Amino acid sequence: MIAIETINLEKTYAVGFWRKRPRVALRPLNLTVEEGEVFGFLGPNGAGKTTTLKLLMGLVFPTGGTARILGKDISDSEIKAQIGFLPEQPYFYDYLTAKELLEYYAQLSGVNAKERGRKIEAMLERVGLKDAARLQLRKFSKGMLQRVGLAQAILHDPKVVFLDEPMSGLDPMGRREVRDLMEELKQQGKTVFFSTHILSDAEALCDRVAVIHQGELRGVGRVAELTSAVAGKVELIWNGSAVPAGFTALEAECHISGETMRAVVPEAQQEAALEILRREGLRLVSLTPVHPSLEEYFLQKVNPVARSAGVAR
Amino acid sequence: MNRVVHIAANTFREAVRDRVLYNLIAFALLLSGAAILVGQISIDIERLVVVNLGLTAVSLFGVVIAIFIGIGLVSKEMEKRTLYTVLSRPVRRWEFLVGKFLGLTGTLFVNTFFMAIGVFAALLYVSVPHRFQSFDAWILAALFFIVLQFVILCSLALLFSSFSSPLLSAVFAFSLFVIGSFAEDLRGFARMSHGLTQWLATGAAYLVPNFSALNVIGQVAHEQPISGHLIVYNTAYALAYSAVAICGAVLIFERRNLK
Repeated sequence: MIAIETINLEKTYAVGFWRKRPRVALRPLNLTVEEGEVFGFLGPNGAGKTTTLKLLMGLVFPTGGTARILGKDISDSEIKAQIGFLPEQPYFYDYLTAKELLEYYAQLSGVNAKERGRKIEAMLERVGLKDAARLQLRKFSKGMLQRVGLAQAILHDPKVVFLDEPMSGLDPMGRREVRDLMEELKQQGKTVFFSTHILSDAEALCDRVAVIHQGELRGVGRVAELTSAVAGKVELIWNGSAVPAGFTALEAECHISGETMRAVVPEAQQEAALEILRREGLRLVSLTPVHPSLEEYFLQKVNPVARSAGVAR
Repeated sequence: MNRVVHIAANTFREAVRDRVLYNLIAFALLLSGAAILVGQISIDIERLVVVNLGLTAVSLFGVVIAIFIGIGLVSKEMEKRTLYTVLSRPVRRWEFLVGKFLGLTGTLFVNTFFMAIGVFAALLYVSVPHRFQSFDAWILAALFFIVLQFVILCSLALLFSSFSSPLLSAVFAFSLFVIGSFAEDLRGFARMSHGLTQWLATGAAYLVPNFSALNVIGQVAHEQPISGHLIVYNTAYALAYSAVAICGAVLIFERRNLK
Protein backbone atom coordinates (compact mmCIF):
# COMPACT_ATOMS: atom_id res chain seq x y z
CA MET A 1 0.00 0.00 0.00
CA ILE A 2 1.17 3.52 -0.77
CA ALA A 3 1.84 5.57 2.36
CA ILE A 4 2.72 8.90 0.75
CA GLU A 5 1.87 10.05 -2.74
CA THR A 6 2.41 13.42 -4.32
CA ILE A 7 0.78 14.21 -7.64
CA ASN A 8 2.21 17.22 -9.47
CA LEU A 9 2.58 18.90 -6.11
CA GLU A 10 4.03 22.37 -6.59
CA LYS A 11 4.57 25.58 -4.71
CA THR A 12 5.34 29.06 -5.94
CA TYR A 13 5.58 31.97 -3.53
CA ALA A 14 4.73 35.51 -4.54
CA VAL A 15 7.52 37.74 -3.30
CA GLY A 16 8.45 41.41 -3.46
CA PHE A 17 6.66 44.46 -2.09
CA TRP A 18 3.63 44.02 -4.36
CA ARG A 19 3.87 40.22 -4.22
CA LYS A 20 3.99 40.06 -7.99
CA ARG A 21 7.34 38.32 -8.40
CA PRO A 22 7.05 34.53 -8.41
CA ARG A 23 9.64 32.39 -6.62
CA VAL A 24 9.37 28.71 -7.40
CA ALA A 25 10.00 26.65 -4.27
CA LEU A 26 8.85 23.30 -5.64
CA ARG A 27 8.32 22.25 -9.25
CA PRO A 28 5.65 19.61 -9.94
CA LEU A 29 6.65 16.71 -7.73
CA ASN A 30 5.51 13.15 -8.33
CA LEU A 31 6.64 10.75 -5.68
CA THR A 32 5.37 7.61 -4.01
CA VAL A 33 6.56 6.07 -0.77
CA GLU A 34 5.43 2.57 0.11
CA GLU A 35 4.20 1.65 3.57
CA GLY A 36 7.02 0.45 5.83
CA GLU A 37 9.73 2.18 3.82
CA VAL A 38 12.44 4.43 5.17
CA PHE A 39 12.64 7.12 2.54
CA GLY A 40 15.39 9.71 2.39
CA PHE A 41 14.69 13.07 0.84
CA LEU A 42 18.07 14.51 -0.08
CA GLY A 43 19.08 17.91 -1.27
CA PRO A 44 21.34 20.82 -0.47
CA ASN A 45 20.08 23.72 1.67
CA GLY A 46 17.25 25.57 -0.06
CA ALA A 47 16.49 22.68 -2.41
CA GLY A 48 12.81 22.46 -1.46
CA LYS A 49 12.90 19.69 1.16
CA THR A 50 11.30 21.69 3.96
CA THR A 51 8.73 23.18 1.55
CA THR A 52 7.70 19.66 0.55
CA LEU A 53 7.34 18.63 4.18
CA LYS A 54 5.34 21.75 5.01
CA LEU A 55 3.04 21.04 2.08
CA LEU A 56 2.51 17.48 3.29
CA MET A 57 1.79 18.75 6.83
CA GLY A 58 -0.71 21.32 5.55
CA LEU A 59 1.37 24.21 6.90
CA VAL A 60 1.59 25.80 3.46
CA PHE A 61 -0.87 25.33 0.64
CA PRO A 62 0.10 24.00 -2.79
CA THR A 63 -0.07 26.22 -5.85
CA GLY A 64 -0.90 23.12 -7.88
CA GLY A 65 -1.28 19.38 -7.58
CA THR A 66 -2.17 17.39 -4.54
CA ALA A 67 -0.84 14.81 -2.10
CA ARG A 68 -2.24 11.83 -0.26
CA ILE A 69 -1.13 10.19 2.95
CA LEU A 70 -2.37 6.66 3.61
CA GLY A 71 -4.79 7.18 0.75
CA LYS A 72 -6.39 10.32 2.16
CA ASP A 73 -6.01 13.85 0.88
CA ILE A 74 -3.69 16.03 2.97
CA SER A 75 -6.50 18.56 3.46
CA ASP A 76 -8.29 15.99 5.64
CA SER A 77 -7.11 16.99 9.12
CA GLU A 78 -8.16 13.66 10.70
CA ILE A 79 -5.42 11.84 8.78
CA LYS A 80 -2.96 13.77 10.93
CA ALA A 81 -3.74 11.46 13.84
CA GLN A 82 -1.70 8.88 11.90
CA ILE A 83 1.20 11.26 11.27
CA GLY A 84 4.18 12.27 13.38
CA PHE A 85 6.25 15.30 12.46
CA LEU A 86 9.57 16.65 13.67
CA PRO A 87 10.30 20.08 12.18
CA GLU A 88 13.82 21.28 11.41
CA GLN A 89 15.51 22.85 14.46
CA PRO A 90 12.42 22.40 16.57
CA TYR A 91 11.38 24.95 19.15
CA PHE A 92 8.81 24.10 21.75
CA TYR A 93 6.88 25.91 24.45
CA ASP A 94 9.83 26.57 26.75
CA TYR A 95 7.68 27.34 29.81
CA LEU A 96 6.55 23.71 29.85
CA THR A 97 8.41 20.73 31.23
CA ALA A 98 9.14 17.81 28.91
CA LYS A 99 6.34 15.84 30.56
CA GLU A 100 3.82 18.69 30.24
CA LEU A 101 4.73 19.21 26.60
CA LEU A 102 4.19 15.56 25.75
CA GLU A 103 0.95 15.61 27.74
CA TYR A 104 -0.26 18.59 25.67
CA TYR A 105 0.65 16.99 22.35
CA ALA A 106 -0.90 13.69 23.42
CA GLN A 107 -4.14 15.54 24.21
CA LEU A 108 -4.11 17.24 20.80
CA SER A 109 -3.41 13.94 19.05
CA GLY A 110 -6.36 12.33 20.79
CA VAL A 111 -4.38 9.82 22.86
CA ASN A 112 -6.71 8.09 25.29
CA ALA A 113 -6.57 9.77 28.73
CA LYS A 114 -6.09 6.41 30.48
CA GLU A 115 -3.05 5.50 28.37
CA ARG A 116 -1.54 8.98 28.28
CA GLY A 117 0.51 8.84 31.47
CA ARG A 118 1.97 5.42 30.73
CA LYS A 119 2.83 6.34 27.12
CA ILE A 120 4.53 9.56 28.18
CA GLU A 121 6.64 7.81 30.82
CA ALA A 122 7.66 5.12 28.34
CA MET A 123 8.50 7.68 25.66
CA LEU A 124 10.62 9.80 28.00
CA GLU A 125 12.56 6.70 28.93
CA ARG A 126 12.92 5.69 25.28
CA VAL A 127 14.52 9.00 24.29
CA GLY A 128 16.65 9.14 27.43
CA LEU A 129 14.90 12.06 29.10
CA LYS A 130 13.37 10.32 32.09
CA ASP A 131 15.53 12.27 34.54
CA ALA A 132 14.74 15.58 32.84
CA ALA A 133 10.98 14.99 32.70
CA ARG A 134 10.20 17.76 35.19
CA LEU A 135 12.68 20.28 33.83
CA GLN A 136 11.41 23.28 31.87
CA LEU A 137 12.40 23.14 28.22
CA ARG A 138 14.11 26.53 28.44
CA LYS A 139 16.84 24.73 30.38
CA PHE A 140 17.30 22.03 27.71
CA SER A 141 20.35 21.72 25.43
CA LYS A 142 19.90 21.50 21.66
CA GLY A 143 20.37 17.75 21.70
CA MET A 144 17.78 17.35 24.46
CA LEU A 145 15.30 19.47 22.49
CA GLN A 146 15.85 17.24 19.47
CA ARG A 147 15.04 14.21 21.64
CA VAL A 148 11.86 15.85 22.90
CA GLY A 149 11.07 16.59 19.27
CA LEU A 150 11.43 12.95 18.36
CA ALA A 151 9.36 11.92 21.36
CA GLN A 152 6.45 14.20 20.40
CA ALA A 153 6.62 12.94 16.82
CA ILE A 154 6.14 9.28 17.74
CA LEU A 155 4.27 9.56 21.04
CA HIS A 156 0.85 8.86 19.54
CA ASP A 157 2.11 5.79 17.65
CA PRO A 158 1.69 7.22 14.15
CA LYS A 159 1.88 5.08 11.02
CA VAL A 160 3.88 7.63 9.04
CA VAL A 161 6.69 9.69 10.57
CA PHE A 162 8.09 12.80 8.88
CA LEU A 163 11.44 14.03 10.14
CA ASP A 164 12.99 17.23 8.82
CA GLU A 165 16.77 17.10 9.26
CA PRO A 166 16.56 14.88 12.36
CA MET A 167 20.34 14.66 12.82
CA SER A 168 20.87 18.40 12.54
CA GLY A 169 22.84 19.80 15.46
CA LEU A 170 23.42 16.45 17.13
CA ASP A 171 26.77 15.10 18.29
CA PRO A 172 27.92 11.69 16.96
CA MET A 173 26.28 9.88 19.87
CA GLY A 174 23.02 11.70 19.36
CA ARG A 175 23.09 10.92 15.66
CA ARG A 176 23.65 7.27 16.44
CA GLU A 177 20.68 7.26 18.80
CA VAL A 178 18.44 8.84 16.16
CA ARG A 179 19.61 6.26 13.62
CA ASP A 180 18.79 3.46 16.09
CA LEU A 181 15.38 4.96 16.70
CA MET A 182 14.66 5.14 12.98
CA GLU A 183 15.70 1.53 12.56
CA GLU A 184 13.39 0.63 15.44
CA LEU A 185 10.53 2.45 13.71
CA LYS A 186 11.25 0.53 10.52
CA GLN A 187 11.16 -2.75 12.41
CA GLN A 188 7.77 -1.76 13.80
CA GLY A 189 6.55 -1.33 10.22
CA LYS A 190 6.31 2.45 10.31
CA THR A 191 6.90 4.54 7.23
CA VAL A 192 9.68 7.06 7.79
CA PHE A 193 10.14 10.00 5.46
CA PHE A 194 13.11 12.09 6.40
CA SER A 195 14.95 14.94 4.80
CA THR A 196 18.67 15.34 5.19
CA HIS A 197 21.79 16.58 3.54
CA ILE A 198 23.97 14.13 5.51
CA LEU A 199 24.42 11.49 2.85
CA SER A 200 26.09 8.86 5.02
CA ASP A 201 22.93 8.74 7.20
CA ALA A 202 20.75 8.30 4.14
CA GLU A 203 23.02 5.61 2.72
CA ALA A 204 22.96 3.68 6.00
CA LEU A 205 19.25 3.94 6.71
CA CYS A 206 17.17 4.33 3.59
CA ASP A 207 15.39 1.78 1.49
CA ARG A 208 15.02 4.43 -1.19
CA VAL A 209 16.09 8.00 -1.63
CA ALA A 210 15.08 10.95 -3.76
CA VAL A 211 17.35 13.81 -4.70
CA ILE A 212 15.86 17.25 -5.03
CA HIS A 213 17.63 20.39 -6.17
CA GLN A 214 16.31 23.87 -6.91
CA GLY A 215 12.79 22.61 -6.29
CA GLU A 216 13.09 19.86 -8.86
CA LEU A 217 13.23 16.10 -8.38
CA ARG A 218 16.51 14.94 -9.91
CA GLY A 219 16.36 11.23 -9.17
CA VAL A 220 14.65 8.59 -7.07
CA GLY A 221 15.33 4.93 -6.38
CA ARG A 222 17.23 2.41 -4.27
CA VAL A 223 20.71 3.51 -3.27
CA ALA A 224 22.35 0.59 -5.13
CA GLU A 225 20.36 1.31 -8.30
CA LEU A 226 21.21 4.97 -8.23
CA THR A 227 24.91 4.53 -7.58
CA SER A 228 25.20 1.84 -10.27
CA ALA A 229 24.09 4.46 -12.76
CA VAL A 230 27.15 6.55 -11.89
CA ALA A 231 30.09 5.90 -14.20
CA GLY A 232 32.64 3.71 -12.37
CA LYS A 233 36.15 4.79 -11.50
CA VAL A 234 39.45 3.06 -10.81
CA GLU A 235 42.20 3.96 -8.41
CA LEU A 236 45.81 3.61 -9.56
CA ILE A 237 48.77 3.75 -7.16
CA TRP A 238 52.34 3.89 -8.41
CA ASN A 239 55.80 4.93 -7.26
CA GLY A 240 56.92 8.32 -8.49
CA SER A 241 57.28 11.95 -7.53
CA ALA A 242 55.33 13.78 -10.22
CA VAL A 243 52.08 13.38 -12.12
CA PRO A 244 52.77 12.39 -15.74
CA ALA A 245 51.68 15.11 -18.16
CA GLY A 246 49.08 12.93 -19.90
CA PHE A 247 46.97 12.49 -16.73
CA THR A 248 45.45 15.95 -16.84
CA ALA A 249 43.61 15.03 -20.04
CA LEU A 250 42.10 11.95 -18.32
CA GLU A 251 39.91 13.89 -15.78
CA ALA A 252 42.06 12.29 -13.08
CA GLU A 253 42.00 13.32 -9.42
CA CYS A 254 45.63 12.94 -8.34
CA HIS A 255 47.15 12.86 -4.85
CA ILE A 256 50.86 12.97 -4.07
CA SER A 257 52.10 11.50 -0.81
CA GLY A 258 55.91 11.38 -0.64
CA GLU A 259 57.12 8.92 -3.27
CA THR A 260 53.67 7.39 -3.75
CA MET A 261 51.27 8.69 -6.34
CA ARG A 262 47.52 8.01 -6.36
CA ALA A 263 45.09 8.83 -9.16
CA VAL A 264 41.39 8.15 -9.54
CA VAL A 265 40.30 8.06 -13.18
CA PRO A 266 37.06 7.15 -14.94
CA GLU A 267 36.85 3.45 -15.77
CA ALA A 268 36.80 4.28 -19.45
CA GLN A 269 40.20 5.94 -19.13
CA GLN A 270 41.84 3.01 -17.33
CA GLU A 271 43.72 1.68 -20.36
CA ALA A 272 44.95 5.13 -21.35
CA ALA A 273 46.23 5.75 -17.80
CA LEU A 274 48.07 2.40 -17.73
CA GLU A 275 49.61 3.16 -21.12
CA ILE A 276 50.96 6.49 -19.81
CA LEU A 277 52.51 4.77 -16.77
CA ARG A 278 54.11 2.10 -19.04
CA ARG A 279 55.43 4.77 -21.40
CA GLU A 280 56.95 6.75 -18.50
CA GLY A 281 58.47 3.55 -17.04
CA LEU A 282 56.69 3.98 -13.68
CA ARG A 283 56.01 0.97 -11.45
CA LEU A 284 52.30 0.31 -10.79
CA VAL A 285 51.64 -0.73 -7.18
CA SER A 286 47.90 -1.37 -7.36
CA LEU A 287 44.80 -0.98 -9.52
CA THR A 288 41.50 -1.03 -7.63
CA PRO A 289 37.95 -0.40 -8.84
CA VAL A 290 36.20 2.37 -6.84
CA HIS A 291 32.53 1.75 -6.04
CA PRO A 292 30.50 4.88 -6.65
CA SER A 293 28.94 6.26 -3.48
CA LEU A 294 25.64 8.02 -2.91
CA GLU A 295 27.67 11.20 -2.54
CA GLU A 296 28.93 10.88 -6.08
CA TYR A 297 25.43 10.28 -7.38
CA PHE A 298 24.20 13.26 -5.35
CA LEU A 299 26.94 15.55 -6.61
CA GLN A 300 26.31 14.47 -10.16
CA LYS A 301 22.61 15.31 -9.82
CA VAL A 302 23.10 18.53 -7.92
CA ASN A 303 26.13 19.74 -9.87
CA PRO A 304 26.13 18.03 -13.23
CA VAL A 305 29.22 19.92 -14.41
CA ALA A 306 32.00 17.40 -13.82
CA ARG A 307 34.46 18.24 -11.10
CA SER A 308 37.63 19.30 -12.81
CA ALA A 309 40.75 17.24 -12.53
CA GLY A 310 43.32 18.46 -10.06
CA VAL A 311 46.30 17.58 -7.94
CA ALA A 312 46.24 17.47 -4.15
CA ARG A 313 49.34 17.26 -1.99
CA MET B 1 -14.11 20.69 21.12
CA ASN B 2 -11.63 19.00 23.49
CA ARG B 3 -8.75 20.31 21.44
CA VAL B 4 -10.04 23.88 21.83
CA VAL B 5 -10.14 23.38 25.61
CA HIS B 6 -6.58 21.98 25.66
CA ILE B 7 -5.24 24.89 23.59
CA ALA B 8 -7.08 27.37 25.82
CA ALA B 9 -5.67 25.71 28.95
CA ASN B 10 -2.16 25.87 27.52
CA THR B 11 -2.57 29.55 26.63
CA PHE B 12 -3.71 30.26 30.18
CA ARG B 13 -0.75 28.30 31.56
CA GLU B 14 1.62 30.27 29.33
CA ALA B 15 0.26 33.57 30.67
CA VAL B 16 0.61 32.38 34.25
CA ARG B 17 4.15 31.04 33.72
CA ASP B 18 5.15 34.22 31.90
CA ARG B 19 4.19 36.01 35.11
CA VAL B 20 1.36 38.01 33.53
CA LEU B 21 -0.62 37.76 36.75
CA TYR B 22 2.20 39.62 38.52
CA ASN B 23 0.36 42.78 37.44
CA LEU B 24 -1.97 41.96 40.33
CA ILE B 25 0.79 42.94 42.75
CA ALA B 26 1.12 46.38 41.12
CA PHE B 27 -2.66 46.70 41.17
CA ALA B 28 -2.87 45.73 44.83
CA LEU B 29 -0.18 48.25 45.76
CA LEU B 30 -1.88 51.01 43.76
CA LEU B 31 -5.28 50.34 45.23
CA SER B 32 -4.22 49.93 48.84
CA GLY B 33 -2.09 53.09 48.60
CA ALA B 34 -4.99 54.99 47.04
CA ALA B 35 -7.49 53.72 49.64
CA ILE B 36 -5.27 54.85 52.53
CA LEU B 37 -4.60 58.21 50.88
CA VAL B 38 -8.24 58.79 49.95
CA GLY B 39 -9.30 57.90 53.49
CA GLN B 40 -7.14 60.73 54.75
CA ILE B 41 -7.80 63.51 52.24
CA SER B 42 -11.38 63.03 50.97
CA ILE B 43 -14.50 63.99 52.81
CA ASP B 44 -17.66 62.05 51.95
CA ILE B 45 -16.45 61.11 48.48
CA GLU B 46 -14.10 58.27 49.49
CA ARG B 47 -16.36 55.63 47.94
CA LEU B 48 -16.71 57.59 44.70
CA VAL B 49 -12.94 58.00 44.37
CA VAL B 50 -12.17 54.37 45.20
CA VAL B 51 -14.79 53.01 42.77
CA ASN B 52 -13.64 55.36 40.01
CA LEU B 53 -9.95 54.69 40.56
CA GLY B 54 -10.34 50.97 41.16
CA LEU B 55 -12.51 50.23 38.13
CA THR B 56 -10.41 52.45 35.85
CA ALA B 57 -7.29 50.60 36.98
CA VAL B 58 -9.01 47.22 36.39
CA SER B 59 -9.89 48.38 32.89
CA LEU B 60 -6.46 49.81 32.01
CA PHE B 61 -4.47 46.87 33.38
CA GLY B 62 -6.70 44.46 31.45
CA VAL B 63 -6.55 46.49 28.23
CA VAL B 64 -2.76 46.46 28.31
CA ILE B 65 -2.70 42.69 28.89
CA ALA B 66 -5.36 42.03 26.22
CA ILE B 67 -3.48 44.02 23.60
CA PHE B 68 0.07 42.95 24.39
CA ILE B 69 -0.67 39.26 24.77
CA GLY B 70 -3.37 39.24 22.12
CA ILE B 71 -1.13 40.56 19.36
CA GLY B 72 1.35 37.75 19.96
CA LEU B 73 -1.22 34.95 20.10
CA VAL B 74 -0.62 33.87 16.52
CA SER B 75 2.50 35.76 15.44
CA LYS B 76 4.60 34.50 18.36
CA GLU B 77 3.66 30.91 17.59
CA MET B 78 4.54 31.45 13.94
CA GLU B 79 7.80 33.21 14.70
CA LYS B 80 8.93 30.52 17.14
CA ARG B 81 7.48 27.78 14.91
CA THR B 82 5.68 26.15 17.83
CA LEU B 83 2.65 26.21 15.56
CA TYR B 84 4.17 23.57 13.26
CA THR B 85 3.92 20.77 15.79
CA VAL B 86 0.38 21.82 16.74
CA LEU B 87 -1.05 22.11 13.24
CA SER B 88 0.63 18.89 12.10
CA ARG B 89 -1.78 17.15 14.49
CA PRO B 90 -5.51 16.71 13.95
CA VAL B 91 -6.09 20.32 14.98
CA ARG B 92 -8.05 22.55 12.66
CA ARG B 93 -6.86 26.11 12.29
CA TRP B 94 -10.10 27.55 13.65
CA GLU B 95 -9.76 25.33 16.72
CA PHE B 96 -6.31 26.77 17.33
CA LEU B 97 -7.56 30.36 17.03
CA VAL B 98 -10.63 29.86 19.19
CA GLY B 99 -8.53 28.03 21.80
CA LYS B 100 -6.02 30.87 21.94
CA PHE B 101 -8.84 33.40 22.23
CA LEU B 102 -10.55 31.52 25.05
CA GLY B 103 -7.23 31.06 26.85
CA LEU B 104 -6.52 34.77 26.83
CA THR B 105 -10.04 35.81 27.81
CA GLY B 106 -9.88 33.20 30.59
CA THR B 107 -6.63 34.75 31.81
CA LEU B 108 -8.22 38.19 31.81
CA PHE B 109 -11.29 36.89 33.60
CA VAL B 110 -9.17 35.41 36.41
CA ASN B 111 -7.13 38.62 36.55
CA THR B 112 -10.29 40.73 36.77
CA PHE B 113 -11.72 38.44 39.44
CA PHE B 114 -8.76 39.04 41.75
CA MET B 115 -8.75 42.75 40.97
CA ALA B 116 -12.46 42.90 41.78
CA ILE B 117 -11.74 41.42 45.19
CA GLY B 118 -9.19 44.21 45.65
CA VAL B 119 -11.71 46.88 44.64
CA PHE B 120 -14.32 45.57 47.07
CA ALA B 121 -11.74 45.28 49.84
CA ALA B 122 -10.68 48.91 49.31
CA LEU B 123 -14.32 49.96 49.22
CA LEU B 124 -14.96 48.21 52.52
CA TYR B 125 -11.91 49.91 54.01
CA VAL B 126 -13.02 53.47 53.12
CA SER B 127 -16.73 52.94 53.92
CA VAL B 128 -18.03 54.18 57.25
CA PRO B 129 -19.32 51.99 58.79
CA HIS B 130 -17.25 49.21 57.19
CA ARG B 131 -19.98 47.43 55.26
CA PHE B 132 -21.35 47.20 51.71
CA GLN B 133 -24.37 49.12 50.47
CA SER B 134 -27.05 47.62 48.19
CA PHE B 135 -25.99 49.82 45.26
CA ASP B 136 -22.47 48.38 45.43
CA ALA B 137 -23.90 45.43 43.51
CA TRP B 138 -23.87 47.66 40.41
CA ILE B 139 -20.08 47.57 40.60
CA LEU B 140 -20.41 43.94 39.52
CA ALA B 141 -22.26 45.09 36.41
CA ALA B 142 -19.48 47.59 35.67
CA LEU B 143 -16.90 44.82 36.11
CA PHE B 144 -18.91 42.58 33.79
CA PHE B 145 -18.89 45.33 31.14
CA ILE B 146 -15.13 45.68 31.58
CA VAL B 147 -14.76 41.94 30.92
CA LEU B 148 -16.90 42.40 27.79
CA GLN B 149 -14.47 45.11 26.67
CA PHE B 150 -11.62 42.64 27.11
CA VAL B 151 -13.49 40.03 25.07
CA ILE B 152 -13.85 42.48 22.18
CA LEU B 153 -10.23 43.63 22.46
CA CYS B 154 -8.90 40.07 22.52
CA SER B 155 -10.86 39.21 19.39
CA LEU B 156 -9.57 42.34 17.64
CA ALA B 157 -5.97 41.64 18.70
CA LEU B 158 -6.40 38.08 17.40
CA LEU B 159 -7.79 39.40 14.11
CA PHE B 160 -4.87 41.77 13.58
CA SER B 161 -2.40 39.15 14.77
CA SER B 162 -3.63 36.74 12.09
CA PHE B 163 -2.31 38.88 9.24
CA SER B 164 -0.08 41.62 10.60
CA SER B 165 3.15 42.11 12.54
CA PRO B 166 2.95 42.44 16.36
CA LEU B 167 3.83 46.14 16.24
CA LEU B 168 1.17 47.02 13.68
CA SER B 169 -1.35 44.80 15.49
CA ALA B 170 -0.67 46.71 18.71
CA VAL B 171 -1.12 50.05 16.95
CA PHE B 172 -4.37 48.93 15.29
CA ALA B 173 -5.82 47.41 18.47
CA PHE B 174 -4.89 50.36 20.67
CA SER B 175 -6.19 52.86 18.11
CA LEU B 176 -9.50 51.04 17.96
CA PHE B 177 -9.69 51.00 21.74
CA VAL B 178 -9.17 54.78 21.89
CA ILE B 179 -11.58 55.52 19.02
CA GLY B 180 -14.10 53.03 20.41
CA SER B 181 -13.99 54.76 23.79
CA PHE B 182 -15.36 57.83 22.01
CA ALA B 183 -17.82 55.91 19.85
CA GLU B 184 -20.86 57.73 21.29
CA ASP B 185 -19.27 61.11 20.46
CA LEU B 186 -18.53 59.83 16.96
CA ARG B 187 -22.16 58.80 16.58
CA GLY B 188 -23.25 62.22 17.81
CA PHE B 189 -20.97 63.87 15.27
CA ALA B 190 -22.40 61.64 12.54
CA ARG B 191 -25.96 62.74 13.43
CA MET B 192 -25.00 66.39 13.15
CA SER B 193 -23.12 66.02 9.85
CA HIS B 194 -24.51 66.15 6.33
CA GLY B 195 -23.91 64.50 2.99
CA LEU B 196 -20.82 62.37 2.48
CA THR B 197 -19.35 63.29 5.87
CA GLN B 198 -22.46 61.93 7.55
CA TRP B 199 -22.21 58.67 5.60
CA LEU B 200 -18.53 58.25 6.42
CA ALA B 201 -18.89 59.24 10.07
CA THR B 202 -21.91 56.94 10.53
CA GLY B 203 -20.03 54.07 8.88
CA ALA B 204 -16.97 54.61 11.06
CA ALA B 205 -19.08 55.05 14.21
CA TYR B 206 -20.81 51.71 13.72
CA LEU B 207 -17.68 49.90 12.55
CA VAL B 208 -15.52 50.69 15.57
CA PRO B 209 -16.36 48.81 18.77
CA ASN B 210 -18.58 50.85 21.04
CA PHE B 211 -16.44 50.82 24.17
CA SER B 212 -18.11 53.96 25.50
CA ALA B 213 -21.40 52.04 25.94
CA LEU B 214 -19.45 49.49 27.97
CA ASN B 215 -18.03 52.12 30.27
CA VAL B 216 -20.41 52.68 33.19
CA ILE B 217 -17.73 53.43 35.78
CA GLY B 218 -18.92 57.02 36.36
CA GLN B 219 -22.50 55.84 36.70
CA VAL B 220 -21.83 53.18 39.34
CA ALA B 221 -19.40 55.49 41.17
CA HIS B 222 -22.33 57.88 41.57
CA GLU B 223 -24.46 55.01 42.86
CA GLN B 224 -26.75 55.02 39.82
CA PRO B 225 -28.33 51.69 38.79
CA ILE B 226 -27.60 49.89 35.52
CA SER B 227 -30.66 48.79 33.57
CA GLY B 228 -31.20 45.12 32.78
CA HIS B 229 -31.88 46.15 29.20
CA LEU B 230 -28.39 47.64 28.92
CA ILE B 231 -26.82 44.50 30.36
CA VAL B 232 -28.60 42.31 27.80
CA TYR B 233 -27.87 44.71 24.93
CA ASN B 234 -24.18 45.12 25.80
CA THR B 235 -23.70 41.37 26.25
CA ALA B 236 -25.28 40.60 22.88
CA TYR B 237 -23.30 43.41 21.24
CA ALA B 238 -19.93 42.28 22.66
CA LEU B 239 -20.51 38.64 21.77
CA ALA B 240 -21.67 39.46 18.24
CA TYR B 241 -18.80 41.90 17.63
CA SER B 242 -16.22 39.38 18.91
CA ALA B 243 -17.75 36.57 16.88
CA VAL B 244 -17.44 38.63 13.70
CA ALA B 245 -13.81 39.55 14.51
CA ILE B 246 -12.93 35.91 15.24
CA CYS B 247 -14.62 34.76 12.02
CA GLY B 248 -12.50 37.33 10.16
CA ALA B 249 -9.37 36.04 11.87
CA VAL B 250 -10.30 32.44 10.97
CA LEU B 251 -10.99 33.35 7.32
CA ILE B 252 -7.56 34.98 7.03
CA PHE B 253 -5.66 32.36 9.00
CA GLU B 254 -7.23 29.43 7.14
CA ARG B 255 -5.59 30.67 3.94
CA ARG B 256 -2.27 31.71 5.39
CA ASN B 257 0.98 29.95 4.45
CA LEU B 258 3.15 29.31 7.50
CA LYS B 259 6.56 30.07 6.03
